[in-house]
Amino acid sequence: MSELKYTNEHEWIRVDGDTATVGISPYAQEQLGDVVFVELPEIGKAVEKGKEAAVVESVKAASEVYAPVSGEVIAVNDALTKDPALVNRSPTGDGWFLKLRLKDKGELAGLMDEAAYQKFVQGLK
Amino acid sequence: MNAPAETLLRTPLHALHVALGARIVPFAGYEMPVQYDGIISEHTHTRTHAGLFDVSHMGQVALIGPDAAAALESLVPGDIAGLKPGRQRYTMFTNPRGGMLDDLMVTNAGDRLLLVINAACKADDIAHMTAAIGARCTVEPMPGRALIAVQGPEAAQAIARLAPGVETLGFMTAGAFTIGGARAWFSRSGYTGEDGFEISIDNRDAERVARLILDQPEVKPIGLGARDSLRLEAGLCLYGHDIDQNTTPMEADLAWTIGKRRREQGGFPGADVILRQLRNGPPKKRVGILPEGRAPAREQTEITDAQGRRIGTVTSGGYGPTLGGPLAMGYVETAHSAVGTPVNLVVRGTPRPGRIVALPFVPHRYKKG
Repeated sequence: MSELKYTNEHEWIRVDGDTATVGISPYAQEQLGDVVFVELPEIGKAVEKGKEAAVVESVKAASEVYAPVSGEVIAVNDALTKDPALVNRSPTGDGWFLKLRLKDKGELAGLMDEAAYQKFVQGLK
Repeated sequence: MNAPAETLLRTPLHALHVALGARIVPFAGYEMPVQYDGIISEHTHTRTHAGLFDVSHMGQVALIGPDAAAALESLVPGDIAGLKPGRQRYTMFTNPRGGMLDDLMVTNAGDRLLLVINAACKADDIAHMTAAIGARCTVEPMPGRALIAVQGPEAAQAIARLAPGVETLGFMTAGAFTIGGARAWFSRSGYTGEDGFEISIDNRDAERVARLILDQPEVKPIGLGARDSLRLEAGLCLYGHDIDQNTTPMEADLAWTIGKRRREQGGFPGADVILRQLRNGPPKKRVGILPEGRAPAREQTEITDAQGRRIGTVTSGGYGPTLGGPLAMGYVETAHSAVGTPVNLVVRGTPRPGRIVALPFVPHRYKKG
């Protein structure tokens, strides 16, 4: 498994060959608070970098989850339907949202690594 | 848009919120705590034990003088002249179209009426009262007083330990008691559907007394996030969302706030519209809506009938931690307002089924006198 890369919209992506897993960062789940609903895309859907791929809802509000890179949805985390709070408990583990088959690995270049993302988050506080 | 941080006001409990680790957000011109531990745990704690809420941002106003009750009746449809000393009542300022300028609590404190009005409306309400009835009674804002709500099934035991005697108050009654050496005004009321109190206290005593209350084992601090989910489950209106200048008390299903004498005599702004709707029914009605499935339907969600025709709009919607699922309130055409009527909620372009249900979603547990 490779390390996580992050977007400035607080999604993470973990690349494994030509596929990748996507979720939201620990900072994002903390800002959202208790997650009560997750809307996941259909398998087979083509998602575009920076466009909505899923929706996450806390008690207070609904927020979009954007695709960190373009690709085809090959799996979604059905466990979130029954237990959306997995996003709070394990944002970078069991609380993953979806898996993509990457369209263009070159799109990964613009994402932040862990150190850069932590610095980015510090700047928001 | 939220006002820039430097213009926001702070309540006398601001330092306490910060010390307790609250997440602070701008709300109605104030820096307010939206949550401490988390909305669901705070909500559940209030429903099972007791929660302390800082509601000092709300306006407190005294109306003083022998003509105060009659004067206030010229602005609200509630029976204020018939309100006995120590009694509290919910009513609303109406406009000439029958819409609502604000909703408020009025207490007869013996020598004066005490009003609690919404934070976002208080400047307008005070100007409105001063202009309309300022010659008939003294309109006295009380910015020197904080307001602390303590709500939940264990609120009475916690507060009675500090202010013996408060347990004798019944729902919607009020009186003066001493807490932590300070004289304060207690009403047995709130905004959660639970038993509890609202305590009006001098700003200088507020933090000390709030800490004393939080020292009680039953009580935790609760933010605005849980305050909203609690009131929504209780089916209570939020001004500016569920009721506003374009909704009448009849449409909002608040006819119960207008007593027999006021219905017969009128004499409040918009009485012609409101009393006509009382006779003939309003064109739309506030209802509870239970979405099927798990997706919340938020404020502004379109409500459609089985044929896909728009019949209304959600005015408050989200997730009810005690209910364990999504819930909404909104307005629908009266023909579609009966309990059990199937409706669709258009969430992100997709119609999702739901049905009209009776309010409240979670039964009230007030202390009946």
